[in-house]
Amino acid sequence: MALLIYSIVYLAIIVFFFFVIRRIVSYLNNPIHVRWELYPVAHEGKRASYGGSYLEDVDWWTKPREKSKIGELKVMIPEILFLKAVWEYNRPLWYVTFPFHFGLYLVVAFIGLLGIGAVAQLAGITIGSGSALSSAVAALTNLFGPLGFILVIGGAIGLIYKRMTDPGLRKYTSAEHFFNLGLFIVTMGSASLTWLLVDPNFHFARTFIANLISFNMELIHSPLFNLQILLAAFTIAYIPITHMSHFFMKYFLYHDIRWGDEPNIGTPETDAKINIVLNYPVSWSASHIAGHGKTTWAEVATFNPVAEPEASTNKEKE
Amino acid sequence: MNKDLQINDVSKNTEKLATVKNEDLMPLPADFEEKAWADIPEETKGKYVCILDDVNILQIPIPKTVEEEEELVNKFINGMRKLFTKENNWTFLSMLETTMEHCAKCNTCSDSCHLYEATGGNEMYRPNYRTEIFRRIYKKYVKKEPFSRWRNGDIDLNWRTVARLGEMAYRCNICRRCAQTCPIGADNALVAREIRKIFSQELGITVPELHDKGSMMQLKTGSSTQMNKIVVRDNVEFIDEDFSEEFGYDFKTPWDVEGADILLIHNAGEIMAWPENIAAFSMIFQAAGISWTLSSDLAAYDSINYGVFYDDVQFARTAILQAQAAKKLGVKKIVLGECGHAHKALTVIADRVLPEGLKTPRESCFPLLRDIVMSGKIKFDPERNNFPVTLHDPCNVTRLMGIIKPQREIMHKLCPQFREMHPNGPHNYCCGGGSGYAIMSRNNIPEWRFKVTGRKKLEQILNAFSDSRGPEIPKYVCAPCSNCKGQLRDLFERYQLLEKEKLTYSGVVELIVNAMVDVKPGFIKWGEE
Repeated sequence: MALLIYSIVYLAIIVFFFFVIRRIVSYLNNPIHVRWELYPVAHEGKRASYGGSYLEDVDWWTKPREKSKIGELKVMIPEILFLKAVWEYNRPLWYVTFPFHFGLYLVVAFIGLLGIGAVAQLAGITIGSGSALSSAVAALTNLFGPLGFILVIGGAIGLIYKRMTDPGLRKYTSAEHFFNLGLFIVTMGSASLTWLLVDPNFHFARTFIANLISFNMELIHSPLFNLQILLAAFTIAYIPITHMSHFFMKYFLYHDIRWGDEPNIGTPETDAKINIVLNYPVSWSASHIAGHGKTTWAEVATFNPVAEPEASTNKEKE
Repeated sequence: MNKDLQINDVSKNTEKLATVKNEDLMPLPADFEEKAWADIPEETKGKYVCILDDVNILQIPIPKTVEEEEELVNKFINGMRKLFTKENNWTFLSMLETTMEHCAKCNTCSDSCHLYEATGGNEMYRPNYRTEIFRRIYKKYVKKEPFSRWRNGDIDLNWRTVARLGEMAYRCNICRRCAQTCPIGADNALVAREIRKIFSQELGITVPELHDKGSMMQLKTGSSTQMNKIVVRDNVEFIDEDFSEEFGYDFKTPWDVEGADILLIHNAGEIMAWPENIAAFSMIFQAAGISWTLSSDLAAYDSINYGVFYDDVQFARTAILQAQAAKKLGVKKIVLGECGHAHKALTVIADRVLPEGLKTPRESCFPLLRDIVMSGKIKFDPERNNFPVTLHDPCNVTRLMGIIKPQREIMHKLCPQFREMHPNGPHNYCCGGGSGYAIMSRNNIPEWRFKVTGRKKLEQILNAFSDSRGPEIPKYVCAPCSNCKGQLRDLFERYQLLEKEKLTYSGVVELIVNAMVDVKPGFIKWGEE
């Protein structure tokens, strides 16, 4: 039984990372895309405050570019932590989606604290006694876990309610939306019950993680605890397979697309990438593209299907 | 009917999917009478599929047999498959895939859409409605995702679904205001453009104003206006003479000057519709002592690039011709005149299309104009512009390029009564002519541009002049983009805003020249005065 439970958890972690990495690699393997930025672009330094860009300068390609990582953080932190865009543009939804997401962040922090506690435990330090740091880890673990469970459950119930009752949202809601939210309610519900009935100081949880780290497959003798572990394992493995993978893909949607304003000036690596895509074969069928004996993007894009004699002659002279 | 519209209604055998009723329209801060929709002409109805709503834009031939219906569906699916290959769609694959995979369907984008707001929340105009249909087709028939029906919702794919989706791709200005509000970064406006691409690049079904009379005409004659190099030079020469004489300022527009610092590319529509814009640029550049030229090479005297609206291949062909002209002249840079989509097309999108050797730097005219105005090289009398002025931000220049301040610095220096409309800058609203509609006057399309797409802009303009309403005070909307001006021209005419509000529109350069001390007063006119 112990072997089965630990194996499932190991497998879930592997599946999680496999799909996360697969999505990221798949995105990174896509060819170069055209620029499609959207302002305000957060790293534009002082200009970001009003949505400006380096293109506001005459001879912009000769000027040093101010690219502010701090500016990106100033946008990303409120966006990630507090869902600023939903707050600004969809306030009724924010009241339920914010607790859901913030609860998840607390749960992630809770698992991280459990991990720290587990390592400490393996090092012979008992969490919650002795040093101030150890006590802080214990206190935060005890705070973040239950608070996270409650916020996730409350938020998920609220989201289900919104998706069922808001006519605009209802028609865009699939069975998967309800399943996902239901899964979080059940998983966090089992975690809450385990905390309330079996593991009030998360000693079992910390020990379980220590066992995972040390490959010590010792059974925790609590059916409720083990049920919670199995549900959590399934949820962890399941998330990156769904649209919820936006939690990490958002990085690319923002940094590579929305803020992807890197100009192609003095960038031989960009030219090399453009050279690759211009040699891709084109198979679009419309008559203004196909049927002229041109096969690559470079050939198709430099071919004028309606060139008049003079233009053709000019081209030949060049 | 419109609010209850379901995703799967798109596939049903009904006469129309949706309609926009006058009583549902967003109220305006003035009392304008709205008429009932004019019928789509029988000739159009007899040839093209008109089953979406009250308007027809995309000309999809009516399938006459079951085989033709199936052919339409199969070709569309083939096109969609190609759209998700790197070879055929390296340009936008990353953006499209991420939008397909990561949208949470939270509808946070809905209220940002001026069409959705103008129609009183008509479901068909919700930014995600079109995307959701597209996504369900993709997941079920192209990606063939396991449990797709359960995961994404089902869709019945038939010729009506395809035809309506194609037409629906032309119910969006592609202003990308929706994308700006998305917490995740999904882009519903892009999906509209990608659907347009399938129809154009795979099915060969296009909008005549954009394709046959647009990008193809530009590739054939050099300009969508049909002006060839001889005609365009004659017309500009006439503009030079006419404006020199009228305003007592002798100037000459240079053509094909090898080694000039700047190749200026105008939207050639200005030459036909707003010659004062062409004259103003020439007067300012001459007064500032700038080394510049126009080019008479194919497509290089017309900055338009309608491929941006519907077709990547046509986009690339036009951009390359314009870049080749710059290379041939040996200029130091290309400067784009007052045309928003041309700005975006050649400066930004073409940045990763133009190969090495064709990368002459490109920039907007607005920073250059700002520097000229601030340089002290030209004497100005701002009192000549002492009337209420507001600034319309072309989406392509502001939201999509981040050029916000230069034009404002000019306004603040030369226009004593300048006031912003709200919201503005990168958060502006589209004029309603964006993504090609400004040049469409076929059938009842203008009605749709007035009632639906231009409604929010009209509200913004009227609100910007709330302290100076009425025909006694002349007012000016600075709209530095040809497409936007075309939309405002038609909008103002429809609602008689010149007569009722003494409201006119034009660009930035007209305000600059109007304030030039060396030019006779009265460059800006209200009507036929």
